[in-house]
Amino acid sequence: MSAPTTPRPAPGAPPPRPPLKVLEPLRETGRLFALGAQVLRLMFKRPYHPREFVEQFWFIASVTILPAMLVTIPFGAVIALQVGSLLQQFGAQSFTGGASVLVIIQQASPLIVSLLISGVAGSAICADLGARTIREELQAMEIMGVSPVHRLVVPRVLAVTLVGVLLNGLVSVVGTAGGYFFNVIMQNGTPGAHVASFSALAQIPDLVISEIKALVFGFIAGVVAAHRGLNPRGGPKGVGDAVNQSVVFTFLLLFFVNMVLTALYLRLVPAKGL
Amino acid sequence: MGIAVEVEGLTKSFGRQTIWQDVTLNLPPGEISVMLGPSGTGKTVFLKAIVGLLRPDRGRVLVNGVDMANSPERDIFEARKLFGLLFQDGALFGSMSLFDNIAFPLREHTRKKESEIRRIVMERIELVGLVGAEGKLPGEISGGMRKRAGLARALVLDPQIILCDEPDSGLDPVRTTFLSQLLVDLNAELDATILIVTHNLEIARTVPDNMGMLFLRRLVTFGPREVLLTSDEPVVEQFLGGRMAGPIGMSEEKDQAALDREALAGPLPERTGAREVVPQMRPSAGLPERQAVRRRRERVRGLLHTLPPAARAAVEADLRAEDRDTAVYAVPHAPKDGRGTPPTARTALLPRFGRRRP
Repeated sequence: MSAPTTPRPAPGAPPPRPPLKVLEPLRETGRLFALGAQVLRLMFKRPYHPREFVEQFWFIASVTILPAMLVTIPFGAVIALQVGSLLQQFGAQSFTGGASVLVIIQQASPLIVSLLISGVAGSAICADLGARTIREELQAMEIMGVSPVHRLVVPRVLAVTLVGVLLNGLVSVVGTAGGYFFNVIMQNGTPGAHVASFSALAQIPDLVISEIKALVFGFIAGVVAAHRGLNPRGGPKGVGDAVNQSVVFTFLLLFFVNMVLTALYLRLVPAKGL
Repeated sequence: MGIAVEVEGLTKSFGRQTIWQDVTLNLPPGEISVMLGPSGTGKTVFLKAIVGLLRPDRGRVLVNGVDMANSPERDIFEARKLFGLLFQDGALFGSMSLFDNIAFPLREHTRKKESEIRRIVMERIELVGLVGAEGKLPGEISGGMRKRAGLARALVLDPQIILCDEPDSGLDPVRTTFLSQLLVDLNAELDATILIVTHNLEIARTVPDNMGMLFLRRLVTFGPREVLLTSDEPVVEQFLGGRMAGPIGMSEEKDQAALDREALAGPLPERTGAREVVPQMRPSAGLPERQAVRRRRERVRGLLHTLPPAARAAVEADLRAEDRDTAVYAVPHAPKDGRGTPPTARTALLPRFGRRRP
């Protein structure tokens, strides 16, 4: 009967081999890096999108500042109390300030920033881009000759990165102030000794690495969120899954990167001796 | 004048499923073409392949010297500025008002002043009849309005090639006709190449200069409208008649059992509508005549010897009339013994498809 034309492969061309399932995570990683590289390249290319950048920056800043402070104050307190009581047993109470500022600036602050950036900003970016993708908005944009990566992803990644850097400064200040408050008021520490010990243990490179971490974290969080948002697996549920994956994946990635950066820093920059 | 689109040996599959293969056709510059096909034959995928949104497995799509399938991304993005694509549901940006949506391509690609942008956008809004709704968000308006807004956005950069994905879906018959008229008017004004993907028979009969049909993973035919409208291909006949009897089933093709059942049920009832060529839609009063009509007559005259006899007769009737409208032509009714009918020679243009019922 109506000979259903069986698909015949073109002469000479073997049918393309289906890609191996096992290697999918590797391919995904590759795509993530490709997107990161593309963002870096397009960042410096005209036309710039200052409006989109400012809008996104404002949005991300407004949703992260308050939670960041609220998380930091108790965190600073916990560290001050813990370190304070520990040092008290050694009789080195006057170093409480130095120890807590070291912990907060070098470790706690970038990690708090990374949590907020990936949890609050990353999920918002991923959901936004994901919803636009499944509604074919991004395809429409591409057809109009506008690259969604250039128009939407680059301003968002830049905004997250900058918010990360600034937020890190804020968290450091709030954390240090919280530590001061709890050490001096609650534990009856000496204000002078607390402040003076800052420079006994901490040094400027600590602040530099902290900001570098925040910068890298912001960039990674932005790229991962954008990557998941640009490739949701079909339908509204796919977008939900993508947001979920994006947050979890960013957490894991940032903690890992934090470990690597810390290890490198401790190797490269000698700790300040007493 | 519009730009020709040359599609050569295009093949696309998702995983193991072939969508279509070896699609070769040529959209003549400045003419309106329609691609028909039952639901699910990859018409939308075909449109996306033309604009380079989907990479085909094989083949190429030449537009203005750029291969939309294999060129570097930068060239493709540049070439896309020649296109205006109307998505099935408009694909408007949900977070922007209609005005901003329609102004988007202008703001991205031109350095026009805001007042200039406002003038152009309002002009387009008026063209598609959306005056008063420009401040609304896409979520606040009906599907038909979204579609018209999508069309306005596709038109705002004066594209050379306009692609429409099912312009009729979600519109009532009257609005569909208005939209068809709008496309014909645009063709008269801009002389742009237009490709409409649809399964609306009314549009297929009255709008295009050229018609093609996708079925069962391949291009059944593509050529001057007379070829399809007078074709005795079972698939084409069934589709244009909207009948159940024929090779097209509920799922894409009928299986042997269904065909046997059909054969048992007795011979086909006589077809209800004769195969006929009706006049094309004309541009609205006050607009220039469509250049494409004259150009197409010249082109088809050269093709005449390659056309199937019925189509040839229809084209000859049209050429004799030399009217500004396409001539009406009805294929003479064929008695069963085959005498007194136009010869039914096979041609290269219309490959046999399916089996003729005895």
